[in-house]
Amino acid sequence: MSFALSRSLVALWLAALAFSARADELQVAVAANFAPAAQKIAAQFEHDTGHVVKVSVGATGKFYAQIESGAPFDVLLAADQATPARLVGEGKALPATLHTYAVGKLVLWSADPALVDAKGEVLKSNQWKHLSVADAKLAPYGQAARETLAALKLTDAVQARVVTGENIAQTLQFAQTGNAELAFVALGQVQPPDGSRVPGSMWLVPDNFYAPIRQDAVVIAATKSPKAATEFVDYLASDKARAVIKAYGYSW
Amino acid sequence: MDADWSADLQAVALTLKLASVVTLLLLVLGTPLAWWLAHTRSRWKAPLSALVALPLVLPPTVLGFYLLMLMGPHGLVGQATQALGIGLLPFTFTGLAIASMLYSMPFVVQPIQTAFEAIGARPLEAAATLRAGPWERFAHVALPLARRGVLTAAVLGFAHTVGEFGVVLMIGGNIPGATRVISTQLYSHVEALEYPAAHRLAALLLAFSFAVLLWVYRLRPRGALLAAGTPTA
Repeated sequence: MSFALSRSLVALWLAALAFSARADELQVAVAANFAPAAQKIAAQFEHDTGHVVKVSVGATGKFYAQIESGAPFDVLLAADQATPARLVGEGKALPATLHTYAVGKLVLWSADPALVDAKGEVLKSNQWKHLSVADAKLAPYGQAARETLAALKLTDAVQARVVTGENIAQTLQFAQTGNAELAFVALGQVQPPDGSRVPGSMWLVPDNFYAPIRQDAVVIAATKSPKAATEFVDYLASDKARAVIKAYGYSW
Repeated sequence: MDADWSADLQAVALTLKLASVVTLLLLVLGTPLAWWLAHTRSRWKAPLSALVALPLVLPPTVLGFYLLMLMGPHGLVGQATQALGIGLLPFTFTGLAIASMLYSMPFVVQPIQTAFEAIGARPLEAAATLRAGPWERFAHVALPLARRGVLTAAVLGFAHTVGEFGVVLMIGGNIPGATRVISTQLYSHVEALEYPAAHRLAALLLAFSFAVLLWVYRLRPRGALLAAGTPTA
C-alpha cells in the first residue's frame, strides 16, 4: 500500500511540476484604494492566462520599505508615481514596465445619505464633528484631501476636527462605522462597480482642486517570473482590465 | 527636523500621561477585583478570570475593532455615552484611556491577585483574632504583605500601556495631543520612510522597556517574571 501511495505521490508531484512550468504564481502588492478593482482584474487575468495571482493589500510606503528589504513581490500597483519611480531609480524595479494604470478621483463621503450636498458645502457647516482624512505623508488621497481643503480655504477651520487614518481603507472605515461623519476617500472605494446607487452621500471633488492622483505600476527587478509579471502589468492596459478600472471610478 | 522632534516630544508626553492615568485607575479598580478573585469560591470566578485575561491572547486589533464598533454611534456604549451627554469616545483621550485599561488589565490584576493568594489565610485570621475588621485586615495586613505584587502590577501596567499600538491605531485617529502616542508616531515615521526619526523613538522605547524589566527582575530576584504571578504573555 505504501508503495502505491508513494507512486501516486510521485505522479502528483510530476503533474504539479508540469503545471507549474506553464503557470507562474505572482505576488502583487496593491495600494489599499485599488484593492477591490485589483482583485477583479487578477481573477480575469488568472482566467485568461492560467497564471496564479496573489494580491497583498497595504499602504504604498509600507510596500516600498518591504521591497527594499527583499520582500518577494513581483509587481507593485502603487497609489502614487513617486514610489515606483524611486524603485526604478534604485534599480529595484524594471523601467520598461513602468506606466500609469489608473488616475484616481477624490470624493467627500458620508454614511449618512442626507449629509453631503452636491457642492461639498457641508464642510463649512457644524453638522459634523469629525472629518476622516488619510495621512498626507503616506497616502496620495490624503495629500489630495489637504490640497482640496487648502483650495477651499478651510484648512485652519476644520483642523481641530480632522482625524487621521493610517491608510485610505482605515480612513473609510472611520466613516463607515459612523465615528467620523465625513471622510475624504477614493471614488473607487465607495462606488459599486455594478452601477447601483451609491450608499450614503458624496461629493465628487472637482479635478482642479487637487493635483491628479496618478497611480503607477511596475515590475520588481528581483522577480523570478519577469515574463508573467510583465504580462500582468501589460494586462492592466487591456480593454478588459480598463472596463473594470473604469467601473470602479478611475480613469487612466 | 525640529518640527518633527517637537511632535515626537508631544507624543512622548501624551504617552506618559496616558500610562499614568491608566495605571492609577487600574490600581484603584483592579485591586478590589484581584482581592475578590483571590478569595471567592463563586462560580463566576472562572468566567471573570477568563475575561480579565482575554487581552493577553486576543490580537489588539480585535479589541480595537470591537471597541470602534461598540463606542461608535451605532454601538451600545456609544449610544449610552451619547444619552449621558458625554458624546462619542473614539478619537478622544478618554476613549483611549478606557480602551487601554481593558488592554492592560491582566498585567495589573494578575500580579496583585497572585500576591494576595500567596499571603494565605493565616495572617488574616491572626489579625481577625486581634479584632481587626475586614477593612483593617485588607489595608494594614494584606496590602502591605502584597506590596511587591502591587508594585510589579503598577510597573507592568504602565509599561504595557506605553507599548500599546494596535488598539490605539484602531480607535485613536492619530490626533496630536489627544491620541497620537509614541507607538503610532513611530509607526508613521517608519511608513513615511523617516528612518532617523523612527530610530530615535524606537531606541527610546527599547531602552525604557529594558529598564522597566530590569527593575521588575530586581524586585523579584528569585524566579522568572512569567512564573511569579505575572501574566503568561
